[in-house]
Amino acid sequence: MKKLMGMIILLVVLMAFICIYQFSTTGEAAFLKPINLANLLQRVGMLGIYSLGAGVVIISGGIDLSIGSVIALVATTTALFAAQGISPWIIVACMLPVCALLGWWHSFIVGRFSLQPFMATLASLLFFRGFARGIADGKGITLDATPAFNFIGNGNIFGIPMPFIILLVLGGIVAFIMNYTVMGRYLFAVGRNTEAVRYSGIKVNTVRTVAYVTCALLAGIAGAVELSYTGEVQPANTGLMYEMWAVAAAVLGGCSLRGGEGTVFGVIIGAALIRVMENGMNLVGIPSDWQWSVIGAVVICGVIADAAHKQRQAKQIKS
Amino acid sequence: MENSVSLLSMRGITKRFPGVLALDDVSLTLGRGEILALIGENGAGKSTLMKILSGDYPQDRGTIEIDGEVAEMRDSRAAIERGVVIVHQELCLAPNLDVASNIFLGHEPKKGLVVDKKRLYDEAKVLCDRVGITVPITTPVEMLSPGEQQLVEIAKALSYDVRILILDEPTSSLSEGEAEKLFDVMRMLKSEGVSIIYVSHRLHEIELMCDRATVLRDGKFAGELPKEKLVSEEMVKLMVGRNIDAHFGEHKNRARGEKIFSVKNLVPYGGKGSVDFDVYRGEVFAIAGLVGAGRTELLQAIFGAEERFSGNIYIDGKIVRIENTNDATKAGLALVPEDRKELGVLLEMGVDKNITITGLDTYRPPFADKKREDEVAAEYVEKLDIKTPSLTQEVCHLSGGNQQKVALGKWLAVSPKVLMLDEPTRGIDVGSKSEIYKLIDKLVSEGIGVIMVSSEMAEVIALADRVLVMHERRAAGILEKDQISEENIMTLATGGSVN
Repeated sequence: MKKLMGMIILLVVLMAFICIYQFSTTGEAAFLKPINLANLLQRVGMLGIYSLGAGVVIISGGIDLSIGSVIALVATTTALFAAQGISPWIIVACMLPVCALLGWWHSFIVGRFSLQPFMATLASLLFFRGFARGIADGKGITLDATPAFNFIGNGNIFGIPMPFIILLVLGGIVAFIMNYTVMGRYLFAVGRNTEAVRYSGIKVNTVRTVAYVTCALLAGIAGAVELSYTGEVQPANTGLMYEMWAVAAAVLGGCSLRGGEGTVFGVIIGAALIRVMENGMNLVGIPSDWQWSVIGAVVICGVIADAAHKQRQAKQIKS
Repeated sequence: MENSVSLLSMRGITKRFPGVLALDDVSLTLGRGEILALIGENGAGKSTLMKILSGDYPQDRGTIEIDGEVAEMRDSRAAIERGVVIVHQELCLAPNLDVASNIFLGHEPKKGLVVDKKRLYDEAKVLCDRVGITVPITTPVEMLSPGEQQLVEIAKALSYDVRILILDEPTSSLSEGEAEKLFDVMRMLKSEGVSIIYVSHRLHEIELMCDRATVLRDGKFAGELPKEKLVSEEMVKLMVGRNIDAHFGEHKNRARGEKIFSVKNLVPYGGKGSVDFDVYRGEVFAIAGLVGAGRTELLQAIFGAEERFSGNIYIDGKIVRIENTNDATKAGLALVPEDRKELGVLLEMGVDKNITITGLDTYRPPFADKKREDEVAAEYVEKLDIKTPSLTQEVCHLSGGNQQKVALGKWLAVSPKVLMLDEPTRGIDVGSKSEIYKLIDKLVSEGIGVIMVSSEMAEVIALADRVLVMHERRAAGILEKDQISEENIMTLATGGSVN
């Protein structure tokens, strides 16, 4: 909780700093302009949707590196078949069960062969990126989207961008599952200590399956939103490295790669922090070539601060 | 002792670990070319004493003398310099390295800065010939049988200038033929004047090989047996024979009810023989045996936590299919595992969530019914008198005894038919122990069948109505109420037979 408070404070301070900096240099705060805020929320929404999935898997003690490739897979197949005249809605509806199956597969091989989740999902990262590039012959495809499909990535309701609304809805569902259902409790417990949960008579394979299926489904939905947002797909680049941004958002938001820790709200804060940093750096004129370094530095500071806090706590327990 | 001046003398060795006095004023002497047996029950302090001698950790009090000179064993290197080498029960070889490299691991012959390969292989060959290793010395040790690996360990010991060789349970993983080969090597070393301390539970091997035995009991020196008294009965008598503490409460005669649980022809993964037993309502069925006899594995196999080769499990006379722990709990089985911190509780979660993790899916699925959860947690905190500042307190902050009560409470909260307890009082204070004994008594009187694995002999004697004794991963026999005695249990546990 303390960590989450820290991140919220950091977020507020960062936004205040951006405003003050802009006001003092240009006489107005461009950051607060509706168009900038809408754009920001749109991008927070996009990042947040698949970061939620990463958060659930990380809470259950795993990791999913296939997120970006799943996004590419869904976006590519949708664009490809839509060009044949099939409704993108139907294609997405067909792809989501495929995503669920992929999540099940990750859980299955982790449980059945005791594979490290890192390896199990790294293989999928490679496989589905290659698959998406292969079926599209490596060429970019422009989506001839219907207005309705275009709406999920670019529309807004009362000025609030659709991706952010989708994030809030999905976040609400995931938060409910994590906090108010038996399965949510099991997900946290498995992340803490899988063996102790197994020795409590609980099917840990089922719990793990829920985590990976949730993550793959959210990645699939993110793929559809991404396609709608950009209106085209570049199979080699769409969703590239997204799994890493998702892990960064989840960890900044209070998830621990040790498992068992984290909140949905925190993941959304983490995603917001990353996007506000990007946006702020653009507005104050930090060259985009340097921006990853800055975000990387913030991530490592956050993680070290958390680890140092835990070490202090552990010492207090012992004494 | 033939030699008037002994080679080694350990005097007044005392070692305290947090919460336990592991060794209390223990003395031991060893003559040149003597094979001394060091025997005692589980936890008697044998390993601790040998680890002190080999420099693994320092004693709190007492002295070690070699050749009449005080020897301080600061670390294992200091011990090796004085000719004391230990071969541990779990072999410490590098599996991917070959025989010769393992023998000289850490003290390779050098030519300048580089390893002198020729000398390494030449000298390794000589050592291998001495101990009778017939495989090529370039074979990776992972290809060798356990017996051959043991011989590599001994060759490694001989590569130092060994005067005192400590063998900790060397034959526990060996076949009979391999053990014979080891004995030949021991005889050869003896004839060369090397002294050996032989730690073993196999009493017939001690009769055969040893010159004398030092017996430990509960961390204290219990006695010494000369060659002519080295027979099983004498050894068992010295190893056991302790007063049963008063803290077990009065043990009433329990009324045995109908049969509720049976295991037929069960062979756990890695077991060497099948196990059959029945448990009746209202009795404590204990499983005794030495460490490594396969007791924990048996419980894990019954609970579906580990695989089994074969075996059927019956509850209330009906066969139940148990493939995983979920099947087991649904059938009414519960297991409080030995490894409390890793398997018994979730250390970083609250007392409430720990207690309700077993029953949460029955309250109001698929939702987590927090109100019901609080009621159940509060009920068992009160019933078991768990000392915790709040229901949400993380279990890692509780004492060992209270953690164990949480591990018990989470099962009692789902009313199991058969409760399996693996070392239920290990590492907890005396007060909590006696509370747990009372609790077991109460559960049994309420009609729950209790299966208890325990290494504490006194506990088994005081609580059990019948005892299954295991020896080397198979059942050695079942003792009925009137047959339960320390002597009988130890005899079966060490491979003997009781009429």
